[in-house]
Amino acid sequence: MSVLDIKEHVDARGLSCPLPIVRTAQAVKGLASGDLVEVLATDPGSLKDFAAWSKSTGNEIVEQGEDGGVYRFVLRRK
Amino acid sequence: MTTLAEKPDMAFAPAAEPMPVPEHEHEARPRDILIIDYSGELEKTWATMILASTAGAMGAKTRVFVTFWGLQTFVKDERRITGQNWMQKMMSFMQRPGISHRKLSKMNFLGMGPWMMGKLAKQYNVASPKELLEAAQLMGVEFMPCQMTMDMYGLTRDDLVEGMGEPVGAATVIGLMQDGAAPLFI
Repeated sequence: MSVLDIKEHVDARGLSCPLPIVRTAQAVKGLASGDLVEVLATDPGSLKDFAAWSKSTGNEIVEQGEDGGVYRFVLRRK
Repeated sequence: MTTLAEKPDMAFAPAAEPMPVPEHEHEARPRDILIIDYSGELEKTWATMILASTAGAMGAKTRVFVTFWGLQTFVKDERRITGQNWMQKMMSFMQRPGISHRKLSKMNFLGMGPWMMGKLAKQYNVASPKELLEAAQLMGVEFMPCQMTMDMYGLTRDDLVEGMGEPVGAATVIGLMQDGAAPLFI
Protein backbone atom coordinates (compact mmCIF):
# COMPACT_ATOMS: atom_id res chain seq x y z
CA MET A 1 0.00 0.00 0.00
CA SER A 2 2.31 2.70 1.23
CA VAL A 3 5.59 3.13 -0.56
CA LEU A 4 7.05 5.09 2.34
CA ASP A 5 10.04 3.64 4.17
CA ILE A 6 8.70 3.61 7.70
CA LYS A 7 11.30 2.93 10.40
CA GLU A 8 9.07 2.78 13.47
CA HIS A 9 5.42 2.11 14.32
CA VAL A 10 3.54 3.45 17.33
CA ASP A 11 0.25 1.75 18.12
CA ALA A 12 -1.55 4.24 20.34
CA ARG A 13 -5.01 2.85 19.59
CA GLY A 14 -7.17 2.93 22.71
CA LEU A 15 -4.75 5.16 24.59
CA SER A 16 -5.96 8.43 26.10
CA CYS A 17 -4.30 11.81 26.19
CA PRO A 18 -1.39 12.43 26.60
CA LEU A 19 -0.08 8.92 25.83
CA PRO A 20 -0.28 9.04 21.99
CA ILE A 21 1.99 12.11 22.00
CA VAL A 22 4.25 10.84 24.79
CA ARG A 23 4.74 7.41 23.17
CA THR A 24 5.39 9.03 19.78
CA ALA A 25 7.95 11.42 21.25
CA GLN A 26 9.71 8.48 22.90
CA ALA A 27 9.77 6.56 19.60
CA VAL A 28 11.04 9.56 17.63
CA LYS A 29 13.92 10.03 20.10
CA GLY A 30 15.47 6.77 18.90
CA LEU A 31 15.31 7.69 15.21
CA ALA A 32 17.75 9.51 12.96
CA SER A 33 16.92 12.77 11.24
CA GLY A 34 14.68 12.16 8.22
CA ASP A 35 13.37 8.80 9.48
CA LEU A 36 9.63 8.16 9.26
CA VAL A 37 7.36 6.94 12.03
CA GLU A 38 3.78 5.76 11.62
CA VAL A 39 1.32 6.40 14.45
CA LEU A 40 -2.14 4.89 14.84
CA ALA A 41 -4.47 6.49 17.39
CA THR A 42 -8.14 6.49 18.26
CA ASP A 43 -8.15 9.60 20.45
CA PRO A 44 -10.09 12.22 18.41
CA GLY A 45 -7.98 14.90 20.12
CA SER A 46 -4.95 13.52 18.23
CA LEU A 47 -5.76 15.56 15.12
CA LYS A 48 -5.11 18.85 16.87
CA ASP A 49 -2.55 17.42 19.29
CA PHE A 50 -0.26 16.07 16.57
CA ALA A 51 -0.50 19.35 14.68
CA ALA A 52 0.60 21.22 17.83
CA TRP A 53 3.34 18.66 18.54
CA SER A 54 4.64 18.93 14.98
CA LYS A 55 4.72 22.72 15.16
CA SER A 56 6.54 22.69 18.51
CA THR A 57 9.11 20.00 17.73
CA GLY A 58 9.61 20.66 14.01
CA ASN A 59 8.91 17.01 13.17
CA GLU A 60 6.88 17.10 9.99
CA ILE A 61 3.49 15.45 9.38
CA VAL A 62 4.01 13.73 6.02
CA GLU A 63 0.63 12.02 5.84
CA GLN A 64 -2.49 11.95 7.93
CA GLY A 65 -5.84 10.30 7.54
CA GLU A 66 -8.75 8.67 9.31
CA ASP A 67 -10.35 5.33 8.65
CA GLY A 68 -13.20 4.00 10.78
CA GLY A 69 -12.26 6.01 13.85
CA VAL A 70 -8.54 5.23 13.58
CA TYR A 71 -6.28 8.17 12.89
CA ARG A 72 -3.04 7.51 11.06
CA PHE A 73 -0.09 9.87 11.00
CA VAL A 74 3.21 9.51 9.22
CA LEU A 75 5.79 11.79 10.78
CA ARG A 76 9.30 12.65 9.69
CA ARG A 77 11.93 13.26 12.33
CA LYS A 78 13.55 16.66 11.97
CA MET B 1 36.72 52.88 9.21
CA THR B 2 34.70 52.34 6.05
CA THR B 3 30.96 52.57 6.51
CA LEU B 4 28.46 50.64 4.48
CA ALA B 5 27.17 53.94 3.04
CA GLU B 6 30.56 54.57 1.42
CA LYS B 7 30.64 51.11 -0.09
CA PRO B 8 27.02 50.46 -1.05
CA ASP B 9 27.91 47.30 -3.00
CA MET B 10 29.12 45.74 0.27
CA ALA B 11 25.82 46.23 2.04
CA PHE B 12 24.55 42.82 0.93
CA ALA B 13 27.81 40.95 1.13
CA PRO B 14 27.23 37.78 3.18
CA ALA B 15 30.17 38.38 5.53
CA ALA B 16 28.78 41.73 6.66
CA GLU B 17 25.47 40.22 7.63
CA PRO B 18 24.87 38.60 11.01
CA MET B 19 24.68 34.82 10.82
CA PRO B 20 21.11 34.17 9.65
CA VAL B 21 19.17 31.85 11.95
CA PRO B 22 17.28 29.26 9.88
CA GLU B 23 13.52 29.40 10.32
CA HIS B 24 13.30 25.85 11.67
CA GLU B 25 15.69 26.64 14.52
CA HIS B 26 13.22 29.16 15.88
CA GLU B 27 10.59 26.42 15.90
CA ALA B 28 13.03 23.96 17.46
CA ARG B 29 13.27 26.03 20.61
CA PRO B 30 9.78 26.27 22.11
CA ARG B 31 9.29 28.33 25.25
CA ASP B 32 10.50 26.75 28.52
CA ILE B 33 7.79 25.46 30.84
CA LEU B 34 7.98 25.78 34.62
CA ILE B 35 5.43 23.96 36.75
CA ILE B 36 5.21 24.59 40.48
CA ASP B 37 3.77 21.42 42.00
CA TYR B 38 2.45 22.66 45.32
CA SER B 39 -0.77 20.90 46.32
CA GLY B 40 0.05 17.18 46.41
CA GLU B 41 -3.59 16.22 45.84
CA LEU B 42 -4.32 13.34 43.46
CA GLU B 43 -6.22 15.35 40.86
CA LYS B 44 -3.63 18.13 40.76
CA THR B 45 -0.72 15.68 40.76
CA TRP B 46 -2.34 14.06 37.74
CA ALA B 47 -2.61 17.43 35.98
CA THR B 48 1.04 18.16 36.80
CA MET B 49 2.20 14.84 35.36
CA ILE B 50 0.07 15.10 32.20
CA LEU B 51 1.32 18.61 31.45
CA ALA B 52 4.93 17.88 32.39
CA SER B 53 5.18 14.72 30.25
CA THR B 54 3.46 16.45 27.31
CA ALA B 55 5.68 19.54 27.54
CA GLY B 56 8.71 17.23 27.59
CA ALA B 57 7.34 15.31 24.59
CA MET B 58 6.88 18.59 22.72
CA GLY B 59 10.55 19.35 23.07
CA ALA B 60 10.22 22.18 25.58
CA LYS B 61 12.79 22.45 28.37
CA THR B 62 10.47 21.54 31.23
CA ARG B 63 11.09 21.90 34.93
CA VAL B 64 8.85 21.03 37.85
CA PHE B 65 9.55 22.68 41.20
CA VAL B 66 8.12 20.44 43.91
CA THR B 67 7.30 22.13 47.15
CA PHE B 68 5.15 21.81 50.30
CA TRP B 69 2.54 19.04 49.82
CA GLY B 70 3.79 18.55 46.28
CA LEU B 71 7.08 17.19 47.65
CA GLN B 72 5.17 14.37 49.40
CA THR B 73 4.38 13.03 45.92
CA PHE B 74 8.10 12.49 45.27
CA VAL B 75 8.85 10.46 48.40
CA LYS B 76 9.45 6.81 47.44
CA ASP B 77 6.15 4.89 47.49
CA GLU B 78 7.44 2.29 49.94
CA ARG B 79 8.53 4.83 52.58
CA ARG B 80 5.86 4.79 55.26
CA ILE B 81 7.23 7.04 58.02
CA THR B 82 9.64 9.85 57.16
CA GLY B 83 11.25 12.64 59.12
CA GLN B 84 13.76 13.08 61.91
CA ASN B 85 11.68 14.25 64.88
CA TRP B 86 8.32 13.06 66.25
CA MET B 87 6.30 15.84 64.67
CA GLN B 88 7.72 15.16 61.19
CA LYS B 89 7.11 11.44 61.69
CA MET B 90 3.56 12.16 62.87
CA MET B 91 2.94 14.25 59.73
CA SER B 92 3.97 11.38 57.46
CA PHE B 93 1.85 8.99 59.53
CA MET B 94 -1.23 11.22 59.12
CA GLN B 95 -0.75 11.63 55.38
CA ARG B 96 1.06 8.80 53.67
CA PRO B 97 3.71 10.09 51.24
CA GLY B 98 4.33 8.69 47.73
CA ILE B 99 2.86 9.17 44.28
CA SER B 100 0.62 6.09 44.58
CA HIS B 101 -0.92 7.32 47.84
CA ARG B 102 -2.31 10.71 46.83
CA LYS B 103 -5.76 11.69 48.04
CA LEU B 104 -8.51 13.54 46.23
CA SER B 105 -9.33 16.99 47.60
CA LYS B 106 -13.02 16.21 47.07
CA MET B 107 -14.86 12.88 47.30
CA ASN B 108 -11.92 11.06 48.84
CA PHE B 109 -14.23 8.89 51.02
CA LEU B 110 -11.44 7.14 52.88
CA GLY B 111 -9.67 6.21 49.66
CA MET B 112 -12.71 4.97 47.75
CA GLY B 113 -12.58 8.01 45.41
CA PRO B 114 -8.93 7.46 44.40
CA TRP B 115 -9.58 3.70 44.06
CA MET B 116 -12.46 4.33 41.64
CA MET B 117 -10.41 6.92 39.75
CA GLY B 118 -7.66 4.32 39.36
CA LYS B 119 -10.15 1.70 38.13
CA LEU B 120 -11.68 4.10 35.60
CA ALA B 121 -8.26 5.25 34.43
CA LYS B 122 -7.24 1.64 33.74
CA GLN B 123 -10.51 0.94 31.94
CA TYR B 124 -10.05 3.94 29.66
CA ASN B 125 -6.28 3.54 29.17
CA VAL B 126 -5.43 6.72 31.03
CA ALA B 127 -1.87 6.62 32.33
CA SER B 128 -1.46 6.84 36.11
CA PRO B 129 0.50 9.72 37.66
CA LYS B 130 3.32 7.25 38.36
CA GLU B 131 3.52 6.12 34.72
CA LEU B 132 3.45 9.73 33.55
CA LEU B 133 6.22 10.66 35.99
CA GLU B 134 8.41 7.92 34.51
CA ALA B 135 7.57 9.07 30.97
CA ALA B 136 8.33 12.69 31.90
CA GLN B 137 11.71 11.69 33.33
CA LEU B 138 12.50 9.76 30.13
CA MET B 139 11.62 12.89 28.14
CA GLY B 140 14.16 14.86 30.17
CA VAL B 141 11.76 16.75 32.42
CA GLU B 142 13.67 18.03 35.45
CA PHE B 143 12.08 17.70 38.88
CA MET B 144 13.58 20.11 41.41
CA PRO B 145 12.80 19.54 45.10
CA CYS B 146 12.37 22.55 47.40
CA GLN B 147 15.19 22.61 49.94
CA MET B 148 13.10 24.43 52.54
CA THR B 149 10.30 21.85 52.36
CA MET B 150 12.83 19.01 52.63
CA ASP B 151 14.19 20.60 55.81
CA MET B 152 10.74 21.21 57.25
CA TYR B 153 9.61 17.60 56.69
CA GLY B 154 13.02 16.19 57.63
CA LEU B 155 13.40 14.52 54.22
CA THR B 156 16.73 13.39 52.79
CA ARG B 157 17.50 12.94 49.11
CA ASP B 158 17.44 9.20 49.76
CA ASP B 159 13.74 9.50 50.73
CA LEU B 160 12.95 10.92 47.29
CA VAL B 161 12.39 8.96 44.06
CA GLU B 162 15.30 8.31 41.69
CA GLY B 163 16.26 10.93 39.15
CA MET B 164 15.37 14.07 41.12
CA GLY B 165 17.41 17.19 40.42
CA GLU B 166 19.35 19.29 42.92
CA PRO B 167 17.28 20.89 45.72
CA VAL B 168 16.70 24.57 45.00
CA GLY B 169 14.86 27.56 46.43
CA ALA B 170 12.34 30.21 45.42
CA ALA B 171 14.97 32.48 43.85
CA THR B 172 15.80 29.80 41.26
CA VAL B 173 12.12 29.54 40.40
CA ILE B 174 11.64 33.29 40.06
CA GLY B 175 14.86 33.50 38.02
CA LEU B 176 13.51 30.92 35.55
CA MET B 177 10.26 32.90 35.22
CA GLN B 178 12.25 36.08 34.60
CA ASP B 179 14.14 34.24 31.87
CA GLY B 180 10.81 33.66 30.16
CA ALA B 181 9.63 30.18 31.24
CA ALA B 182 5.84 29.85 31.09
CA PRO B 183 4.84 29.34 34.74
CA LEU B 184 2.08 27.10 36.06
CA PHE B 185 1.16 26.90 39.74
CA ILE B 186 -0.66 23.65 40.48
